[in-house]
Amino acid sequence: MPKNVNIDEWRGIWVYAEQRRGQVSPVTWELIGAARRLADAIDTYVAAVLIGDGVGRYADEAVACGADRVFVAEHPELAEFRTEVYGRLVVQLVLERKPEIFLLPATTQGRDLASTVATDLACGLTADTTQLEMDVQKRMLLATRPTFGGQQLATITSANWRPQMATVRPKVMPRPEPDPSRHGEVIRLEVGDVAADAPTRVLKVVEESNESRILDEADVIVAAGRGIGSKANLYLVEELAEALGGEVAGSRPICDAGWLPKARQVGQTGITVRPKLYVAVGISGAVQHVVGMMQSGTIVAINSDPHAPIFQVAHVGIVGDLFKVVPALTQAVRQRGRRAVLETVGG
Amino acid sequence: MHAVVCIKQVPDTTEVRIDPKTGTLDRRGVPNIVNPEDLHALEAALEFRDRFGGRVTVLTMGPNFAASALRECLALGADEGVLLTDRRFAAADTFATTYALWSAIQKIEKERGPVDVVLTGRYALDGDTGQVGPGLARRLRVPLLSYVTAIEEVDFEAKRIVVQRHIEGAVVTLESRLPAVLTCSADLNQVRYASLPALLAAQQAQVTAWSVDDVGADPEQCGLKGSPTIVSKSFVPEPRTDTCRLFEGEPAEAAASLVDFLIAEHRIPGFEPVGAKEA
Ligand SMILES: Cc1cc2nc3c(=O)[nH]c(=O)nc-3n(C[C@H](O)[C@H](O)[C@H](O)COP(=O)(O)OP(=O)(O)OC[C@H]3O[C@@H](n4cnc5c(N)ncnc54)[C@H](O)[C@@H]3O)c2cc1C
Ligand SMILES: Cc1cc2nc3c(=O)[nH]c(=O)nc-3n(C[C@H](O)[C@H](O)[C@H](O)COP(=O)(O)OP(=O)(O)OC[C@H]3O[C@@H](n4cnc5c(N)ncnc54)[C@H](O)[C@@H]3O)c2cc1C
Repeated sequence: MPKNVNIDEWRGIWVYAEQRRGQVSPVTWELIGAARRLADAIDTYVAAVLIGDGVGRYADEAVACGADRVFVAEHPELAEFRTEVYGRLVVQLVLERKPEIFLLPATTQGRDLASTVATDLACGLTADTTQLEMDVQKRMLLATRPTFGGQQLATITSANWRPQMATVRPKVMPRPEPDPSRHGEVIRLEVGDVAADAPTRVLKVVEESNESRILDEADVIVAAGRGIGSKANLYLVEELAEALGGEVAGSRPICDAGWLPKARQVGQTGITVRPKLYVAVGISGAVQHVVGMMQSGTIVAINSDPHAPIFQVAHVGIVGDLFKVVPALTQAVRQRGRRAVLETVGG
Repeated sequence: MHAVVCIKQVPDTTEVRIDPKTGTLDRRGVPNIVNPEDLHALEAALEFRDRFGGRVTVLTMGPNFAASALRECLALGADEGVLLTDRRFAAADTFATTYALWSAIQKIEKERGPVDVVLTGRYALDGDTGQVGPGLARRLRVPLLSYVTAIEEVDFEAKRIVVQRHIEGAVVTLESRLPAVLTCSADLNQVRYASLPALLAAQQAQVTAWSVDDVGADPEQCGLKGSPTIVSKSFVPEPRTDTCRLFEGEPAEAAASLVDFLIAEHRIPGFEPVGAKEA
């Protein structure tokens, strides 16, 4: 493909700071953290691109998370994401400033924006990546993504084009610990008559209940699989989750059967989670489930089958009948939980 | 009304297994199907035609045998199937794929009249990037309406459409000019069934086959040559090497020692080991 970019003209790693209804999505911080790591490897800067209405107040947090520069475009017409309007702004900015890598979240918004921008810029775009590495010598991004329904991983490169673009799944990169003492530069962009002749108009936004986002923020998740047998038995995992201060989730068969809402399905066609503790109860550990939870801090498996693949991803586990093990776990947690609380309160 | 529906023939990934010896995908005997969401895109187009009359063209880029996917769409009621096939289209990434589809749509417009709407699925089961619809919209210089779960209003005369899109945590109602590209989710509609006679008739149906030259595409921008991304490595995820620590004994005993371990190692957020002091 004919294209002449002078690779040396392109420097810096950019992150698209996604906002939804005025709030920056948590994945933004994860991406800034990842960008920081890559930027340190090739000794360059990190920038965040923040577009919306009244979102400039997030610039400091972007800096604290690792950004050196924050581009802020604010305008009432930018309140709601629109592919064409945002796309035009971003393309213009990229052409002016020439970043070598541009990361966007693999969300509905990030995916649309990324493909639109990559098409305009005629550069490569790796989809839905879960690992990012740097070939330091070549300043080449090695972006790895699951394909074939999560059964295979592929590392994609786009060595000769700039920027090197990728979308990154939420929850696969660690969220950085903000450092309020970091310094950065906030660059406000002239936006002008940004939505003139915009082809689309947002008529209405109806927010769904928080239910659909509950697993996003949970530190502890107790997930039930088909081993639980029936909906009536779900109380077992509910009690354990409650004792641990966590949320209940399920594998696909559980949610398909309607025992739990779809919003609580973990996995490839469900939600990707990254809690500190994930307890898999009666879940076999099919790849499509595992891709959604393998980034959890500690994975606990309870399964009666010692050969269940879940034990290959779990850190700790018990081979046994969940109907006996889970109530015992709940009881043990409750006993120790009380003590833990007393200790903390007592100092 | 003239709708172009882009469809992809994909291996049914639910049937793909990993060969434990070689660690590669074992696709033997795996059936090829029309990407499931593309049938919802086709259904939407057929419903437009049911209401407004007009024409539905299905378009795919793929090997010769992808003609069977087009015939399946003809059996469901599409008017014409167009197969973009040429070795030079092979191994396209999404950028080169949208270029090829764009080239074909240019030719369709020239020869069959203006296109009012282009429909795709949200994702393909195999490549699963979800990038083709958005990229195509940009190539065509028309608005993108992705993740569409409902069509509230459509007026091809006034060139206006109102759709619902399902995004994280919200349903957005968006008004747009036509023509536009819609990427359709399975929630959009119920796919109709093909009758047996229609299926049989479609097996004999002709599909239009076009090469790189037929659509006037630049070979340098097609297939592998035209792809800015390359798959530099592909592999099956390695099983973890560190083993799972199992707690044994009677359920109560195993459970207690597991919980003790989790607390001692600070694995349960908010729980401190007994005796630990706040800093
Ligand atoms: C395209 C595609 C997408 C998919 N997406 C997802 C997804 O997003 N999420 C998802 O979860 N799945 C998904 N799946 C399905 C996935 O392949 C598995 O079928 C599913 O994860 C299995 O769920 P399970 O582990 O609950 O059930 P099973 O595989 O039936 O496992 C049940 C387990 O319970 C154990 N068990 C039974 N009784 C007891 C007992 N008394 N005590 C202890 N253990 C017991 C058994 O040993 C077994 O290991 C997808 C599949 C496809 C093809
Ligand atoms: C392992 C692997 C990883 C890959 N990773 C990337 C990557 O990160 N970035 C990248 O740019 N390319 C990638 N590709 C290439 C990509 O799979 C192809 O470009 C493919 O032709 C289109 O992408 P998709 O399957 O992801 O389609 P999607 O964008 O997921 O498909 C959405 C819709 O577009 C339409 N559509 C898609 N393909 C066609 C077609 N051939 N004909 C007609 N309509 C179609 C269908 O309506 C479909 O529902 C990868 C390929 C492999 C083998």
